[in-house]
Amino acid sequence: MTALRVVQVGPGVAVQDLGRTGLLAKGLTRGGAADRLAVYEGAALLKQPKDLAVLEMVGTGGTFEATADIRVAFTGAEMTVQIDGSAAAWNASHMVPKGALLVIGPTRAGTYGYLHVGGGFDTEPMLGSRATHQSCGLGALVTAGDTLPVGQDSGGEVGLTLPRDTRFEGGTVRIVPSMQTDDFPEETRHRFEATTFRRDPRANRQGIRMDSEGEGFAAPAALGIVSEVIVPGDIQITGDGTPFVLMAESQTTGGYPRIGTVLPCDLPRVAQAPAGASLQFQFVSLDEGAGIEARARADWAALSKAAAPLVRDPAMMQDLLSYQLVGGVVSATYAPLDEG
Amino acid sequence: MTLTTSYTPKIRSVGLDGVLVTFGDKATDAANRAAIAFRGAVDAERWDMISESSSTLVSAFFRVDLSVHAFEAVADRLNSELSSRNWFDAPLPEGRALWTIPASFGGHRAPQLAEAAEAAGVSEEDALRELTSTRLRVLTLGFAPGQPYLGTLDAHWNIPRQKELTPNVPAGALVAAVRQICLFANDTPTGWRHVGQSAFACFRPQGDTPFPLAPGDEVQFTDISAAELARIEDKVTDGSGGATREVLG
Repeated sequence: MTALRVVQVGPGVAVQDLGRTGLLAKGLTRGGAADRLAVYEGAALLKQPKDLAVLEMVGTGGTFEATADIRVAFTGAEMTVQIDGSAAAWNASHMVPKGALLVIGPTRAGTYGYLHVGGGFDTEPMLGSRATHQSCGLGALVTAGDTLPVGQDSGGEVGLTLPRDTRFEGGTVRIVPSMQTDDFPEETRHRFEATTFRRDPRANRQGIRMDSEGEGFAAPAALGIVSEVIVPGDIQITGDGTPFVLMAESQTTGGYPRIGTVLPCDLPRVAQAPAGASLQFQFVSLDEGAGIEARARADWAALSKAAAPLVRDPAMMQDLLSYQLVGGVVSATYAPLDEG
Repeated sequence: MTLTTSYTPKIRSVGLDGVLVTFGDKATDAANRAAIAFRGAVDAERWDMISESSSTLVSAFFRVDLSVHAFEAVADRLNSELSSRNWFDAPLPEGRALWTIPASFGGHRAPQLAEAAEAAGVSEEDALRELTSTRLRVLTLGFAPGQPYLGTLDAHWNIPRQKELTPNVPAGALVAAVRQICLFANDTPTGWRHVGQSAFACFRPQGDTPFPLAPGDEVQFTDISAAELARIEDKVTDGSGGATREVLG
C-alpha cells in the first residue's frame, strides 16, 4: 500500500475533503476544507476528481516520507516547501520520489495550506466523508508516527502550476441579505458595509471573529429570536454587537441574528485572511449574488484548463515565485463583469 | 397549549444555500409540529432541486442551490404547498418512534433537580412526576450531532437559563430550561439545569445507527436509581443506555 509517513507534524493538520451533506437534520454540519477553492485547485493540478481527500495545514505543515513515488500538489496559503532538500514551488504539482523527505512550512501568506496527493488520501470514510470534524469527534488531527494511506493514482503529468489568486490578504467579500437582515436598522447595515474589519486571531474552523473600532452592530429587534438554521458564511452578530463569520464546522443552529451571508465563492477569502488582515463586506442582491456565484462555480470547474507548465529552470525559480506573489494576475473568482 | 394559527408562515432565503419556511416567531408546540409536518410532506414529494432538508424549532429548511434555482420560483412552489392545507393541525409524519429512556433524577448524578423544581414552583416530588409522566417530542436535533431538544413541558417549566454557566455537565445529562429538556450528546458547559442523568448516547459514530433520534420522535423518561444507572453504564455498551424503541403507528 502506498502511504505517506508522518515524521513530524504541526498542531493543526487534518485530513479534509469537501465535507458531508445530508446530515443537517441530524445536527451535523457539512464540515470539510476551510478553503474549498484550494481543494478544486489541487484537483485541477493533479487532474483528478475534486472529492478526493487532502491534508489541511494551519501555520505549518510537517515532515513526511513517501513509501513509493507519488505525485503531490500544494495549494491554499503559501508555505515553504522542500522536496528531498530542494525548494519547490507552491501552487504547483511535483513528484516526490520514494524515500524522499517532504518538508512543509511555515506559512508565508494566508492561513490554510493544502497538500494533495495523486489518488487522494485513502483514510476510512466516516458517515460518507473523510473530513475530520474535530468538535464532533469524527477523525483526529494528524500526529507524528501516523501513516496516511494514499489511494490509487490514475497518473499524469506533474510540474503544472495555476495563476496565483489574491485571496490571501483579506479584501472585499460580497454578502447577500439573509434571514434577519431586515431586523437590522438601515443605518447599521450601511455602517457594517462601510467598516473595515480586522480578522481577530481568535478564529477556528467554527467561526472567525471580526474586529472593528467604534460601536458594535447589535440589532435590538433581533433579540430573543428563536434559534434558526446556520449555513456556512452566515455572519452572526452576538449580543455585544460583534460579527462572527460562521465557517465549515459551525453548529447547525444558532440563536444570534445573521446580518447577511458571505457568497460561497468569497468564503475562501475570509478563511484565508491572516490574523490582522483587513476585510470589508459588500451587500449584493440575491439575484446578483446568484449570478456571481454561478460564474465562479463555472470558473472553479474549468480550473484544470488554466493549469500551465511550471518554468523548470532553477535559475528562474526565485523570479517565478516572486512574480506569482504579486497576485491578481488572473483570479479564479474575480470576474470584472460583476462590477457592472 | 395555545395554537398560533394566526401566524402567517414566512418564506426566506438563507444565503444562497436554501429556503426557510417559518411557522412562528416564538418556540411553540404548534409551530414545531407544523414545521415537522411540512418538511415531511415536501420531502415525500422528492423535489429534484432539494438536496437535503431539516427542521428547527419553528422552521423547515430546504437546501436548494439558489445560484441554479431562482429563489422566487422555489418560494412560489413552497407557497402553493403551504396553502394546500392548514399545517398547524397537520398530522406528524409516519414512522416516528417512541423511546423509553431510563434516567436517574436528582441526587449526586443530577444535582439540580431541586433547584429546577423551585424555579418551576413545584415540589421536587411533583417535578419528578411531571418529568417522567409527560411524553415529550424531539422538537429538533442540533447544536451537537444527534442532540435532541425535547418539549414541550407545561408553562410553569418556562424557567430561565442560569446566569452563570455550569462548567461541565456530562454526556447523557437531561437539562431543563424554557419548557424544554435537552439530552446532551457530549460533556459541555451549560446554563441549563441538570435534572436527570441517562446513559443514552445521542451520537454513535461507530454504530449502524449513528443518529438514533429523529425530529418528531417521542420520548418518555422512566425513573431509575443511581445504582441502576451505574449498572447500565457498566454493562450496556451499545450506547442505548437501556432505552427501548417502538414505532408509532
